[in-house]
Amino acid sequence: MSEPIVTIRDVWKSYDRGRIEVLRGVTMDVREGEIVALCGSSGCGKSTLLNVMSGLEEADKGTVRAFDRDVSDETVRVELLRHKIGYVFQLHHLMPDLTLQENCLVPIVAIRGHRREALARLKELADATGISHRLGQRVRELSGGERQRGALVRALMNDPGLLLCDEPTGALDERNREVVFDLLLELVRSRGRTMVIATHDPSIAGRCDRTLRMRDGIIVGEDAR
Amino acid sequence: MSLWRIVFTNLRRHRVRTAIGAAGIALGVATMLSVVGLLGGAVKMFERILRSDAEMVVFEKNVSDLFFSNVPMELADDLAAQPFVKEVQPVLFTIITAPDRPVVTCFGIRAADGRLKKGEWLQGSADDFSDDGESIVLGERAADFLDAKVGGMVELGQGKYPVAGVVRMENGFENGGVFMPLATCQEAFHKEGVCSVITVALAAGRESSEVKRWMDETNPRFTALENEEFSRSYSQFKILKTTSWVVGGCAFLLGGLSVTNTMILSVFGRIRELAIARVCGFSRAQVAAMIFGESILISLLGTVTGWLLSTGGLYLLRELPQLQGYIEPRIGALEVAGATGLAIFTALGGAMYPAWIAARLKPAHALRFE
Repeated sequence: MSEPIVTIRDVWKSYDRGRIEVLRGVTMDVREGEIVALCGSSGCGKSTLLNVMSGLEEADKGTVRAFDRDVSDETVRVELLRHKIGYVFQLHHLMPDLTLQENCLVPIVAIRGHRREALARLKELADATGISHRLGQRVRELSGGERQRGALVRALMNDPGLLLCDEPTGALDERNREVVFDLLLELVRSRGRTMVIATHDPSIAGRCDRTLRMRDGIIVGEDAR
Repeated sequence: MSLWRIVFTNLRRHRVRTAIGAAGIALGVATMLSVVGLLGGAVKMFERILRSDAEMVVFEKNVSDLFFSNVPMELADDLAAQPFVKEVQPVLFTIITAPDRPVVTCFGIRAADGRLKKGEWLQGSADDFSDDGESIVLGERAADFLDAKVGGMVELGQGKYPVAGVVRMENGFENGGVFMPLATCQEAFHKEGVCSVITVALAAGRESSEVKRWMDETNPRFTALENEEFSRSYSQFKILKTTSWVVGGCAFLLGGLSVTNTMILSVFGRIRELAIARVCGFSRAQVAAMIFGESILISLLGTVTGWLLSTGGLYLLRELPQLQGYIEPRIGALEVAGATGLAIFTALGGAMYPAWIAARLKPAHALRFE
């Protein structure tokens, strides 16, 4: 069995000065190459767990390590987000006045990467997601599905080892939901990458290697396939 | 694709906000350059009055204003006898009143003083102005507002004086002033035997240090300064120059607040985008650099606009007939460099708080921001 690339031990997280407890002692591992679904109703703590996993939010208590590094450290967090962790949200969060290509290159700006290499990678990903012909368009001129595919390409630009997806198809219609999730699975599996996806859609969870069921901030069950 | 592309895009998409931020800086730059230019021009005009054809000026030490300087005429005679001096000219500066005109600048000079020769004689001639006479010469504007002409009499202070000539002087102060024979001026102002300054022209090949040394040894109550030195050290000039930079600085402070306001709006207007930049791996320093970059571009835009505004405004002022000769705006490279430096400093200062907010924001919280 492969080594875990994410280890979470007894993590607690609350908001509003402790009045709202969102995570209550979560312990879990994510192994390299796994596709894990975090399943549960709205407010059960799925998104917060993803945020804590990437260091976007700090746990109140417990330890979170990704790629064997403590994500609570700011320098580590930046380093991981630049090279190891990609993020896809329910909303695309693309910059509306930049073209799709420019949006996809934002992670390259962060690492001051080489333009030629970045463009080659962009072409490969854009071809794979079917948005090559839309790269020169501004975001406001794109459909919802195209925008979300753009967000997916942006998340994969630096070839991250771990992709975190927070309801990535939640804002799409049924047809686009299928298309985008199929793409997501294909891109991750074909490259042997790891993915953790938060969803309340059982059909999506059913296509993952493992499902962790969450309720009221704790993991209440696990289904492995 | 670079950080600057993101910066430009953000400024371009909020054109009105960008323009308002730049306008604040532009007004600061325009105010500073106009005030510095106007006062600098005034100082230069006054310097030229003092200078005439001389290299040095002698006056009483530690006086706050040359109007209060009393230099004995014997000192002028002693100086004139020194081998290192080519020529000396004593000048008495005073302010005199005329009917309907409370302030008229009056220059008590000798007939040999070169300054009248530089003017364009509109009426009369230089020969009609003599050391032992009472006849006065009026600058063109003074003749105009005193309604005087050659052959007539002008009431000034307690006396009435015949007008020997009217000259058009390039310098606004001189063009609006009265030239009076030195002895007559001394008598009118009860300053017999003294003048305000002595201008000193050096003999060929001689050094100003010789005048200074002689002055220190024989007349320590008085000081001899080269013209440039005088400009730097004269307290009135210093006050004027300091005032102009302080007024300009205050204008910049307001410009800085405008930049801060613009940048705060900019940060909160795209807080999710900043969060996404952080999620994409931007460090806090890179996010702050984005905000500072925007602020500096706004300031540079404001600086150019302000420079154009001030240049245009000063040009219009100079062309106004009422101000002819009084406005000699000087916006030199030093002033432009100073204003640009202040604009950038203001930009950095104004962006500090917004950049701090942007750099410290927590991406997960920011993505939930409504």
